[in-house]
Amino acid sequence: MGNNGSELTGLTAHEAQELLTSGKVSSVELTEAVLARVDEVEPRIHSYITVTRENALAAATSADEARSTGNVEGPLSGIPVMVKDNLSTEGVPTTAGSKILLGYTPPYDAHVVSQLRSGGAVIIGKGNLDEFAMGSSTEHSAFGETHNPWDTDRVPGGSSGGPAAGVAASECFISLGSDTGGSIRQPAALCGIVGMKPTYGLVSRYGLIAFGSSLDQIGPFSRDVRDTADTLSVISGHDRRDSTSINSPGQDFSGALTGDISGMRLGVPREYLVDGMEPGVKAAFEKSLETLEGLGATLEEVSLPLTDQALAVYYIIAPSEASANLARFDGFKYGNAVNDVPTAWDVMDQTREQGFGPEVKRRILIGAYALSAGYYDAYYKKAQQVRTLIIREFAETFEKFDALVTPTSPTVAFKAGDRMDDPVSMYQSDVCTIPVNIAGLPAISVPGGMSEDLPVGLQFIGPQLGDGTVLRVAHAYEQATEWHRLKPGI
Amino acid sequence: MMRGQLSSILKVFESLQQVDTEGVEPTGHTTEVRTVLREDVAAESLQRDGILKNAPESEAGYVKVRPILG
Repeated sequence: MGNNGSELTGLTAHEAQELLTSGKVSSVELTEAVLARVDEVEPRIHSYITVTRENALAAATSADEARSTGNVEGPLSGIPVMVKDNLSTEGVPTTAGSKILLGYTPPYDAHVVSQLRSGGAVIIGKGNLDEFAMGSSTEHSAFGETHNPWDTDRVPGGSSGGPAAGVAASECFISLGSDTGGSIRQPAALCGIVGMKPTYGLVSRYGLIAFGSSLDQIGPFSRDVRDTADTLSVISGHDRRDSTSINSPGQDFSGALTGDISGMRLGVPREYLVDGMEPGVKAAFEKSLETLEGLGATLEEVSLPLTDQALAVYYIIAPSEASANLARFDGFKYGNAVNDVPTAWDVMDQTREQGFGPEVKRRILIGAYALSAGYYDAYYKKAQQVRTLIIREFAETFEKFDALVTPTSPTVAFKAGDRMDDPVSMYQSDVCTIPVNIAGLPAISVPGGMSEDLPVGLQFIGPQLGDGTVLRVAHAYEQATEWHRLKPGI
Repeated sequence: MMRGQLSSILKVFESLQQVDTEGVEPTGHTTEVRTVLREDVAAESLQRDGILKNAPESEAGYVKVRPILG
C-alpha cells in the first residue's frame, strides 16, 4: 500500500472509499491502520469503552470479499466506524456508560447498527459517553473520562464525547452518537469536526438505550459534510419498530450538496449570542457570517424570545422522561444486580443505589419531582405548553428563513473538572443546542474557526425535514473555508 | 451537596412561570404520533436464551426474582 498509517487514518470516509474502489488499499489494511492508531492514542484520549478487534477484522475481510465479487454495499462499505455505547450491539457488551449495565450483552442490534452492518461498515468498537447520555463533558462516564484531542487537559464535550474525540483523533472515520439536548453538536464543536442531529423521527431509535424519548435522536460524526450526508443516507428511513419513525420517502442527502447557497435566507437569532459567550467564539462567528454573505446568502437578525425558557423546558422534560425510562433498571432482567439480599425490593434499592452515578440520580429525582401529583401542572404540564409555543416560534421564523445560523457552544472546550460541582453551569453548555431538540428540528455543527488554539463550532438549524437544507448550507460554508482540514497534533 | 444543587436547578424552572400559556395545548411529541397498528401475523422474535442469560437468575425459561413479600 502506498500510504503510511497516519495518512490513511486521517482521510475522510469518501477519500478512503476512493482508495478502496481503486484497489490501492483493502478494508483489512484500513482497519489494521485504524486499530494501530487506536493503540497509539487511546492511553491519552480514551474515546472507546470497548474495542472489538476480532469482529472488526472479520467484518473488514467480509467487506473485501464482497468487493472482490462486485458487491459493494454503499459509501460505508469497508469503512471503520465507532458507535456510542448506548446503541445496542448483538453479542457485544453495551453499557450506556453506567455501572448498572456492567455484564449486559444485548441479544439484538439497534436499527442503526443493522443498517451499518448491511452497508458493509466495519465497527471498531463502542464509544464513551456520560452515563445514560446525561452530561456535556463525558466526565460522568462510569468508565473514566474522555480527553479532548486538541488539549488533553480539556473535555471533549458530551455526552457523545467518545464518538467525537474518536473521529477527531483519527481513531475511526465515522461515528454515531445520540443527541437529546446537544450531545452530538456540542462535542462536534469542541472537537473540531462535523456532527448532525437529524429531524426527530428521521432515524429509528430502536435499540438506543432511552434517555428522553421525545428528544433523543441518533446522528453521525465525521470530518466533512459529505461523509455526514452519506452516513445519514445509510442510517435513516422508516422502521416499524420505532412508532415515532417518520414514514416519508427517502431524501437524497448527498444530492443536497450543490455548493450553491446564493439567495438563501439565513436568520441570525440574537438570543443565541448569550452573555457568557467568549469573545473568541463571537469573533469567529462574525467572521463566518461574512463568509456566508460572500457566498450570496442574505443574512438578517431575528428574535426568538422563548430561547431563554427552552433551557428550563428541557431540564423539566428530559429528566421527567428519564425518570420513567430508567425505571426499567430494577436488577431483575439484566445488568449488574445486587442479588444477595432478602427481597425483590432490596434488589431494586441496592442495585440502583450502587449502579447509578450522581448525575443520573440527580435527574431521576428532578424528573420524579416534576411529575409528582402536587407539581405536575406547575412543572411538567407547564413545560409541555411552553414547548408548544417554542415550536410555533420556530415555525413562524421558518416562514421567513430557509435556515438559522448560530454558534454551537458559547465557549470552546473547558478544562476537565471545571463544571463538575455546578450542574447549572454545566447545563448552560447546551444553551444554543437545546431549543432544537425541544422542537424536533434538524441541525448540524461544522468547524467554524479557532479561538485560543481550540476549535469553534458553527450551527445551522433547519425546519422539520429540512435536513437537506442544513446539509447544503453547511457544505457550502465548509467548502469556502479551511477549518475542517485542521487536525489536532495528538 | 445534592440539596443545594437541586434547589439551584428548581430556580431555573421558575422562569417558566412568566410565560402566558393560557389555553395552549401541551406537546408530548414533535411528530404526529398516532397509534401504529400492524397485521397480527407470527414472526421471528428475540431468542429466549439470549435474553435470559442476562438475568441474574432464571429458571425453566423464566426470569427468577427474590421474594416480593418477605
